[in-house]
Amino acid sequence: MRDALSGVPASVAGVSDDAVLVQADGLVKRFGDFEAVRGIDVKVRRGEAFGFLGPNGAGKSSTMRMIACTSPRTAGELRVLGLDPDRHGPRIRARLGMVPQQDNLDNELTARQNLQVYGRYFGLSRPQVRARATELLEFAQLTDRADDQVEPLSGGMKRRLTIARSLVNEPELLLLDEPTTGLDPQARHLLWDRLFRLKQSGVTLIVTTHYMDEAEQLCDRLVVMDGGRIVAEGSPAALIAEHSSREVLELRFPLDEQQANVPLVRDLADRVEVLPDRLLLYTADGESVLGAANRRGVRPISSLVRRATLEDVFLRLTGRTLVD
Amino acid sequence: MASVGRAVHPVASVGLVLENLWTWYRRNWRATVVSSLLTPLMFLGAMGFGLGSQIRPGPVTANLPYVVYLAPAVLVMLSTQVAASESSFPVLGSFKWDQRYFAITATPVSVDQLVTAQFLWVALRVVLSGLAYLAVASLFGAFTDVRVLLAVPVSVLAGLAFGTWVMALAATVSDEGNAFGNVFRFVLVPMSLFAGTFYPITQLPVWSRPLAWVTPLWHGNELARAAEFGHMDALTAAGHLAYLLLLTAGGLLLARRRFHVRLKV
Repeated sequence: MRDALSGVPASVAGVSDDAVLVQADGLVKRFGDFEAVRGIDVKVRRGEAFGFLGPNGAGKSSTMRMIACTSPRTAGELRVLGLDPDRHGPRIRARLGMVPQQDNLDNELTARQNLQVYGRYFGLSRPQVRARATELLEFAQLTDRADDQVEPLSGGMKRRLTIARSLVNEPELLLLDEPTTGLDPQARHLLWDRLFRLKQSGVTLIVTTHYMDEAEQLCDRLVVMDGGRIVAEGSPAALIAEHSSREVLELRFPLDEQQANVPLVRDLADRVEVLPDRLLLYTADGESVLGAANRRGVRPISSLVRRATLEDVFLRLTGRTLVD
Repeated sequence: MASVGRAVHPVASVGLVLENLWTWYRRNWRATVVSSLLTPLMFLGAMGFGLGSQIRPGPVTANLPYVVYLAPAVLVMLSTQVAASESSFPVLGSFKWDQRYFAITATPVSVDQLVTAQFLWVALRVVLSGLAYLAVASLFGAFTDVRVLLAVPVSVLAGLAFGTWVMALAATVSDEGNAFGNVFRFVLVPMSLFAGTFYPITQLPVWSRPLAWVTPLWHGNELARAAEFGHMDALTAAGHLAYLLLLTAGGLLLARRRFHVRLKV
């Protein structure tokens, strides 16, 4: 596997660690009257795994396409790899890898041909793309399907092939737009493992996701987006510490009894969030709050004490859950 | 360490997109043979040899056997059909279904380079199917003069004069391509029947001739027949060519604009 990644920048010798790969100031994207991205400031440094977390329609993909230099910005400043996308699009794209939300492989070509054809677009010679394709097929665990047509491959295989394809030019910056949406848990874990390896080998990652577990797994730092704006920024742990309690007690009731129980538990926790199907009680100690609630005659159908997650942060900041 | 990727020369970029399409074609060319070779040969057989056996050579057929009169026009019809079909679903699908265009423009390749390559690819497909038709039809004696080779570039131009507009449409529609069915039914087929393929448009009522004049097919037919049998003054030929070039350029510019709108979202 090391070989597969040999071309990926393993060391960043000669470049200072805090080199800024992406800098956006007041970045705006408008489609007609609709403002998808409403003036965001972002800075991504070399070697980081950076995340955009937010629900569908938050403006994550529009932001990604602007960074990928495939969509011109409407307003604001943007520098990618130190260059202006409006003037140096091709030069920047030559050094980027892009994994779009929806796989856009050449379905009627083989897996290997997909990698070879794509590598040629980045100016690689035929012998170079042949060697690179073999390495990447290995990395994506697709060696035994290398010469099969892409169309009948499973969703997870296509996703891995798309990621492999994005690495063909040994990118300095890899953009992944919802890399695991629609995959089964096993396929997701395999993908996360591959992305971890890339991160370990020094590739800078930018990931959009509406899965908080994905953001917690992959990202060193992230921004929470909602309605085209950034509503919070920090490491997953820092965001949780800042915007949530340590533990969360979840209580489920029969639908018609939930409302009546709210006043009984309101003063037991730092904060109570009322969702359509359950109550969330934010507290440092979930078990003792549950005990106290029971002593007051609160009888939920089920109860669960868990660690606070980014989902709770999002709920706190926007009043809505991430995935409706 | 820096990425090994680089932005290649714009002309080379166009070549790389063509290389991609050629890689596809090498795997799938067999499927295209039926539509691009059998169809015109059936027309030539049924109309040229079959029906044509009942038609006496006369001034209307330039005093040639009907099949000889018909053969160059079938080349133009074929070119128009191939150009239209290569510009329709394959282009729409590259936006909508497998979204290949979005993959390509995420590389150093620009939208303009992509459009140029797609345009040249259609031209190449038209040339290839035209040459295949020419070779087979010659074996049946449908052509009498090597000057028919001049009809190939003419028919390619006539095909592109129509195909580029279909490409612009393909870059615009977002449904499953229902519009193409209408274009084929209400434009391509009537054009093939009434724009001088099977008989000169002088046989049409006077009022309806301007309808034939605006079609690229009629200009292509006039030029292709003149190329093989040869009697057209330079000015008339220049007029036909200019019209076809203008149509092609207009369609290509519109297609280019639609590609930009759709890919740079």
